[in-house]
This record gives sequence, C-alpha cells and structure tokens, in this order.
Amino acid sequence: MINKEKIISKDMFAPVHIDPSKSEKIAKPSMSAWQDAWLRVRKNKAAVISMVILAILIIMAFVGPLITPYDYSDQTTKHNNLPPRIQGLENIHWLPFDGTLTKRDGSEYNAYEVRKVDNYYWFGTDSLGRDLFARVWKGTQVSLFIAFMAALIDMLIGVSYGAISGYLGGKVDSSMQRIIEVIVGIPNLIVVVLMTLVLNPGIFPIILALTITGWTSMARVVRGQVLKYKGQEFVMAAKTLGASDGSIIFKHMIPNMFGVIIINTMFSIPSAIFFEAFLSFIGLGLQEPAASLGTLVNDGFKGMIAFPYQMIIPSLMIALIMVCFNMVADGLRDALDPKMRD
Amino acid sequence: MAKYLLQRVLYMIITLFIVISVTFFLMKLIPGSPFNNFEKLNPTQQNILLEKYGLKEPLPVQYGKYLKAMVKGDLGVSFQFDNTPVTELLSKRIGASATLGFQAMVVGTILGIFLGVIAALKQNSWVDYGSTFIAVVGKSIPSFIFAGLLQYYIAVKLGWLPVMFWKGPEYTILPTIALAMFPISIAARFMRTEMIEVLGSDYITLAKAKGASYWQISVKHALRNALIPVVTVLGPLAVSLMTGSLVIERIFSIPGIGEQFVKAIAMNDYPVIMGVNILFAFLFVVIILVVDILYGVIDPRIRISEGKTK
Repeated sequence: MINKEKIISKDMFAPVHIDPSKSEKIAKPSMSAWQDAWLRVRKNKAAVISMVILAILIIMAFVGPLITPYDYSDQTTKHNNLPPRIQGLENIHWLPFDGTLTKRDGSEYNAYEVRKVDNYYWFGTDSLGRDLFARVWKGTQVSLFIAFMAALIDMLIGVSYGAISGYLGGKVDSSMQRIIEVIVGIPNLIVVVLMTLVLNPGIFPIILALTITGWTSMARVVRGQVLKYKGQEFVMAAKTLGASDGSIIFKHMIPNMFGVIIINTMFSIPSAIFFEAFLSFIGLGLQEPAASLGTLVNDGFKGMIAFPYQMIIPSLMIALIMVCFNMVADGLRDALDPKMRD
Repeated sequence: MAKYLLQRVLYMIITLFIVISVTFFLMKLIPGSPFNNFEKLNPTQQNILLEKYGLKEPLPVQYGKYLKAMVKGDLGVSFQFDNTPVTELLSKRIGASATLGFQAMVVGTILGIFLGVIAALKQNSWVDYGSTFIAVVGKSIPSFIFAGLLQYYIAVKLGWLPVMFWKGPEYTILPTIALAMFPISIAARFMRTEMIEVLGSDYITLAKAKGASYWQISVKHALRNALIPVVTVLGPLAVSLMTGSLVIERIFSIPGIGEQFVKAIAMNDYPVIMGVNILFAFLFVVIILVVDILYGVIDPRIRISEGKTK
C-alpha cells in the first residue's frame, strides 16, 4: 500500500478537456421503432427460422401443385392408395419414400412393383388415386387463405369497433362493451358450428363463421389502447388544430398501435387454421374435390392402419404451420411490445 | 360482492337466452330434412310426421314451446334415435366425456405445473429449454393431430395400448394424453413466468438470508404463491378441453357427448345438436363464473370491484 502511494505522482494527472459540442454526440446510428423491433426479432433464432419455414411453405402452397405432373382433383382409380415414392430417395430404405407398405402381418412389400406402376407419387395417392403431393399443397393454400382472410376481417372489424367504442366513450362505449361481453360469453365453437351448418360448408361460409366471434379480442385490445392515447398531448394537439374524429383515430392513434394489432392478428391466424381443421373433423369441412389440410387429415384417418402416410403427411404439415406461426407471433410480441412478454 | 355476482348471473342468463334463441332460429333455416327419405313419403305421411313433432305450428308458437320446455330442462326428442328424449340420450353419454375431461384436466395441470416449476428453478438449462419446447409444441398443435399421431404410433405400430373404444382404464390413456397436451403447455408457461417472478421477490431473498433450505424456499415459499394466478387459466383451459373432446371422442370412438354431436350433425338431428349446443353454452358460462369467483376467494388481493372499472 505504501509503495503504491509513492509511485502515483502529481504529473500523472491532467485536467479533463470537456468539449461541449461532443457531449451530445450520438454514437450509434439512430433507428426507427421498426428497425429496433426488427433487430430484436432477428435475435430470436426460433422466430427467424420459423419465418423462413413459413415463407417456404407459402411459396410451396402456390408452386407445389404446379411442379407435380398430376392435378389435385384428377382421379386415377387404378393408382389408388400408393405410398410415397421419390426418384433418388427410393433406394434409401430408412426414408419413408421407398414405395413400400406394411401388411397386417408386419411384412413389407413394394406397392409400385406389385401393381406394376411406373409413376412417381412423391407423397403417394389417396383412396381415389389422387396425387397427395398436389392435394397437400393445394390444401395448405386453402387453409392459409381461410386463415389470412379470417384474420384480416377480424382485424378490420376489431380495430374499427374498438377504436369507435374507446374514442366516443360514455354511453356508446358502455353499450358497445356490453355487446362484446355477451358475444364473448357464447362459446365460439357453437357459433362456428351453427353458421357452417346454416350456410353449407365452403370457403366463404367458414371464413364468415370464424369472423363472427373472432374480432372481439382485437376490439378489446384496440379500445384499451385508444383509451390510453385519448388523453395524450398529441391527440389534444390534433384536436386543437381542428382534425376530425376520423382522422384523429385513423391517422394519429392507430399508427401508434400497429405493434399490438400485428401481434393480435398473428395469433388469430393459427387459431383460424385450428378451427378450419376442427370443422373438417366434425364433418363440416370443405366439400370434395376441394381440399384443405383439415379435410386431408380427416380423409387420412379412414385408412390410417393400412395407409398411414395419408394421415401423417397432412398432420405434420398442420403441426409445422401451427408451430411456426406461434413462434413468429411470440417473437413479434417480444420485439414489438416488450411489456406483453409473459 | 353480492351486487357483482348478481350482475354476472344476469349476464349469464342473457347469454344463455341468446344462445338458445339463435340456435333455435338457425336450426329452422338449415336446409335438409331431419327425417330419412322424407321426399319419398306421400303428403299425408309427411303431414303426420310433421304434426307428430310439432313442426307444423307457426314458428313463434314452436319457439315459445321450446323455451318453456327448456326451463323445465326438457330438450325435446331426438329425430333419429327412436324418439329418445335428448336429455336422456345426453345423460347416458356424459359419464365418458366427464371422465375424459377430468382426467385430462388433472393430468394436464399437474404435469404442466411440475414442468413450469422445474423450468423456473433451473432457468436457462436444458431442462428449461426442454420444457419450453414442450410448451410451444403442445400449445400450437391441435389436440386431434396429436390424437391421430399417438393412435398410429403407440396403438397401431407399437401395440402398447388399445387403438380405440372405451372399455376400461387402459382405453382412456391415449385420449387423455392427447387432450392433456394443451393444459400441460399452458400451465407450464404460466407457472414458469410466475415462479421466476416470485423467486426474484424480496421475501425469497429474506428466506435465503435466514438460511432456509433450497427445498423449503422453492416449495414452501415460492410454489405456494406462484400457484395462485394459475387458477385464472383453468377456466379457458376447461373450455378448450370441451372443444377438443368433440374430435378426440370421434377419433377414439368414445361414447361421449362429442361423438353424439358429430353423429347428430351428419344426420341433421336438430334437437340433439341444439341440446349439445345449449349444454356447452351452459357449462361454458358456469365454468367462467366459478373460476372468477374462485380467484377472488383464493387471492384476497384481487378486488372484484377493481376489475369492473376496467
């Protein structure tokens, strides 16, 4: 201790030169809220991988039915119930693409050789001899379309309803909220089932049925946000400058809530996919020859023991899509609204 | 509290009334006749059938009669199953559904809480990542997809458990697992968050400073406090189990309400569809109400009157 004191001498010290112009310098490049959010999403590896997988799936949903030589609705009854076989992969036995089926007694046989079929059905064929590769991608396309449309309509209704309810306040607000309370009290399962029964199963009736109850959570979230912003200075400023109610809501408030709206929409997509598949299962899905992932799984169940690939492939596709959407939604939520993190 | 309860019960009745009315009128709009080969009968026979089931009276009269019967708990007579009253038809089947739902709920919440707690205690270890993975997968993948895959791989391929039907305890294992995946994942996620929050609070530091053992801290102090908020997710979980059980029962051929419902949809058996709808709506509102009340009772910090102003 004593030695150290001796070493430190006065001439080792110099006065700090303070440059007032540099103290305000921003070392890092300035970033908008969106750039910042994107940085945070990128850090979440699971979300990024899920986004890439989803992008591939969405592209395949459109390209997939085109790259196979077979149409999704063409029936070749001679070629029914053929297992998956892919050129090049057929010789690797542990992969499920070698064209073999297992009999009840456990013995395996090559269905293509036995039935003398030269075609290659990458995902196999169904009981009517339709190419499952084309059907699975077509089904993905339909399921995604239903989900995106339902989410979009939910968003439009929910945002306008919530914004109007929150902005007007008072009696209008409380009566609009009572209506939501009643709708939330009705299990959406019942509404969805009844609506599809009445409207006959089809893409648009299913979308309509999904949106009848689906918008309430968005409306509640948006109303909460509008209430939060209503008293803030930028809204008052806009009002003082004579902005109309509509432009205050849609030009000033809603851009501030894009984060919450996106998160909510992202979570409603997987739930729409779930309900679509669910409806197919209880016999209210799309009608033949149309296909969605739900109807494909449901059809696959009928021949599950002998032809398991018919059920497993679309099942895995639904599982993959649902997991990816949830991961992306979680990642976006963490990035856009850290307060909502659970 | 009494005022709040009264208000909630009032909402419940309004909701149920709307469900019943909407169900009734929508059923009348549905294309397709509830009778087999109705078109092939001659007009007299058609008349007799319609009269017998009260379908000839004007709609408001039918509606009034339906509401009156509903108050008495009478859901009408099935069109398809030999004129059995719907109430009788459903009460015979409620046992299997209740068993399945109860088992899935118990297994799901206990396993989920366990997973959540060990994930929180061993934060950022492989245990934590494993439990998070299970939670994400269980939350995202629909229960009927699980059911199908389990049925194929465990029952058909490996032959460890029966493929379907409802003949004994071993028959309930696969459907219960498939149905329990969702509660497991939700409870695990929720429990992990709560546990981590509680473990970071001052009284845990105090307990550590006092020299309490690791197990005493984690079980006696942390777990008990973290458990309280989990009660809130039980309501939505029970509702999701009701939805899931519809399809699970169909997949495993379980003689429950859900299987009956799917059959009724295929056969245009309106009274049964209406009956199941109303039963579901009733269970739904009752479960939500009970959970809300339970929450207030368990955790005195939550004042119900505060929630009202939101």
